[in-house]
Amino acid sequence: MNTMQKVENALADSEIKIGARGVQVYYGTNHALKDVDVDIADKTVTAFIGPSGCGKSTFLRCLNRMNDTIVGCRVEGQITLDGEDIYAPTVDPVQLRARVGMVFQKPNPFPKSIFENVAYGPRIHGLARGRAELDEIVEKSLRRAALWDEVKDRLTAPGTGLSGGQQQRLCIARAIATAPEVLLMDEPASALDPIATAQIEELIDELRSAFSVVIVTHSMQQAARVSQKTAFFHLGSLVEFGETGQIFTNPQDPRTESYITGRIG
Amino acid sequence: MSVGIITLIVLAIAVGGFFIGRARAMSLVGGDARKLHSLPGYYGQLVLIFAAVPAFAALILWLLVQPMVIEARIGALIAPESIAEGSTRDLVMSDVRRIANGIDQLVAQQVLSEADLRTLSTEQSDLRSRMADVGVALGSDVVQNVFEAAKEYRRISIFARMAMAAVVLLLAVTGAVFAFRRILPDFRARNVSEASFKVLLIAASFVAVLTTVGIVLSLAFETVHFFRLYPAKDFFFSLTWNPQFRGGSDLGIAPLLWGTLYVSFVALVVSVPVGLFAAIFLAEYASKPVRSAAKPAIEVLAGIPTIVYGLFALVTVGPVLRDYFAAPLGIGSSSSSVMTAGLVMGIMLIPFVSSLSDDVINAVPQSLRDGSYALGATRSETVRRVILPAALPGIVGAILLATSRAIGETMIVVMGAGAAARLSLDPFEAMTTITVKIVSQLTGDTEFGSPETLVAFALGLTLFVITLALNVVALVVVRRYREQYE
Ligand SMILES: Nc1ncnc2c1ncn2[C@@H]1O[C@H](COP(=O)(O)OP(=O)(O)OP(=O)(O)O)[C@@H](O)[C@H]1O
Ligand SMILES: [Mg+2]
Repeated sequence: MNTMQKVENALADSEIKIGARGVQVYYGTNHALKDVDVDIADKTVTAFIGPSGCGKSTFLRCLNRMNDTIVGCRVEGQITLDGEDIYAPTVDPVQLRARVGMVFQKPNPFPKSIFENVAYGPRIHGLARGRAELDEIVEKSLRRAALWDEVKDRLTAPGTGLSGGQQQRLCIARAIATAPEVLLMDEPASALDPIATAQIEELIDELRSAFSVVIVTHSMQQAARVSQKTAFFHLGSLVEFGETGQIFTNPQDPRTESYITGRIG
Repeated sequence: MSVGIITLIVLAIAVGGFFIGRARAMSLVGGDARKLHSLPGYYGQLVLIFAAVPAFAALILWLLVQPMVIEARIGALIAPESIAEGSTRDLVMSDVRRIANGIDQLVAQQVLSEADLRTLSTEQSDLRSRMADVGVALGSDVVQNVFEAAKEYRRISIFARMAMAAVVLLLAVTGAVFAFRRILPDFRARNVSEASFKVLLIAASFVAVLTTVGIVLSLAFETVHFFRLYPAKDFFFSLTWNPQFRGGSDLGIAPLLWGTLYVSFVALVVSVPVGLFAAIFLAEYASKPVRSAAKPAIEVLAGIPTIVYGLFALVTVGPVLRDYFAAPLGIGSSSSSVMTAGLVMGIMLIPFVSSLSDDVINAVPQSLRDGSYALGATRSETVRRVILPAALPGIVGAILLATSRAIGETMIVVMGAGAAARLSLDPFEAMTTITVKIVSQLTGDTEFGSPETLVAFALGLTLFVITLALNVVALVVVRRYREQYE
């Protein structure tokens, strides 16, 4: 593993984009996330790892307030974006979600054409002046999501007619077309073959120059390859958070070590 | 043996066969069901199917064919001179049936023995009064030839009955025995059961299709009859509707068609937006408690009989519209109007639109909403750009259902819009619809064979064609604009 090299190029410690303090999440009476403190730096890739059901997706949804749409879900604690509390009453969650984009664990393209799927965000936010500019945004987003070559001849075909991996890349293209400042990706490569995975990882690396990216993954190698910071969750708690290289080579907590070496999970 | 008893016996054979078949299968493998190809119940089913299906099929076929055969044979026996002036062969045939029935009664009450019957002639006895005694009323004295025909009718009927019982029961027993003998451990009884289930399903859909065909054919038959008496050109293109009792009527469909479309249009203008918005509110915005209270409350509207809506139109909406709206503005003085009927019908249709639309909107996967929200869309943007397009086929279906109801509605129109056929653009005038006129033409006291009555069938067929065309158009539209989700 090329972790030593990762440690080197990790972070000319950039400023904090998202700060979470004492975050608790309850689904009804189920205490799903316990007292999580994380700082997500700007222009870095942060990976969330941990066994299934440990609350990675739940925490991800806190960061763009998608938990608001779940009945019975309660979030406590403080989460800031650029120093501003995103759960403050003055914050419009709709505006927030335009700044913090998300790619879901399961691909969910709209039952529209491929073009319309990608153009959805730019259209509702008025990002394009005129059709030519919209075309340009769509093409650029599809290219960055490594999908352009496969779909350029059938942009009017329905997005739901693509294969599972293609749908996932379409969702990635859709998310980046809205030009968010932070991109949350929930297992974006779980349905992709190694080639598309490599392309997505390349994309993530490239996105880092402009946004901060948070990625949930079950692949240790992927976390090590693409991220600069890694957070390990276990049973709803944040066990360890630090430089990726340090987490993978020298974990402080025995649970982290067991997970990484494959003993729990 | 009556049909009921035959049915019961066949059922008993079939059910008995089920248990025997099951037991037989089990005993063949010494009680170890795993050695059978199928579960033991399937072997029972095999016997049941073979006993019941051919027997019942034969029974039904027999019941259909027997009257035809007998009528043909007896009809030939009736001499032309027995058919009185102004009567027809059909009327004499029904006399024959009634006399045969009367003889049955006389024999049953032991007023008459079979031996007497053979020698009995119409000259010697007053059959008519004796029949009247047992409750069979005849229009005239019985002619010898007709009496003979009746006796023959009765003889054949009794024979046919017995033959039928014998054939059906024989078939049931043969079927059961045949199936029973085929039971072997590796016989694929499960597959037979599967195939028969499929046949059952096909038969069910066949019944539905046949009914439609039957309805259309009977309508078409009478319609052709009508067009022989009344020119089709006048029916479709004449602009007046003015039926007369003594002939010389104007039977133009135009004013009725216009009334139908106008009232339905007003009803849809009311019900589609209200229903759709209510559905969107319920599905997307309402909290759980609000939803669980409001949804049934709206659906109560669907349970109100249309006659009650009619009363509402007649005593409330009509006068209110006239007194507070039409009259002050000087645009109408009638309480029966297209507006009244349309408004009330629109209210009636709200639950049809809202309830179905609510269901299809709820069926749109949550992941699509999440996808839209995560891109920074508001609720209404999500509704307009993602949910409604995805739910479109269902919503069009709901609107179509409402339209068909509107076109077919009669009571509200009679009480709200009146019964006067008129071609007018003014929504505050009384008008009427096709369905209303179908009722009034069929319930009038004109003769059935007259164009004034038969026009009802032509109207009905036209209505049918219109709704059919509407469905086809909607199907095409939906197919073109459908956004399909997984
Ligand atoms: N919508 C929900 N309603 C109720 N409970 C939920 C909901 N979503 C998640 N949970 C619960 O919260 C806990 C954390 O779930 P979460 O989806 O965050 O896990 P995860 O770490 O993303 O797992 P995976 O790797 O399998 O995706 C689980 O116990 C789960 O059952
Ligand atoms: Mg998850």
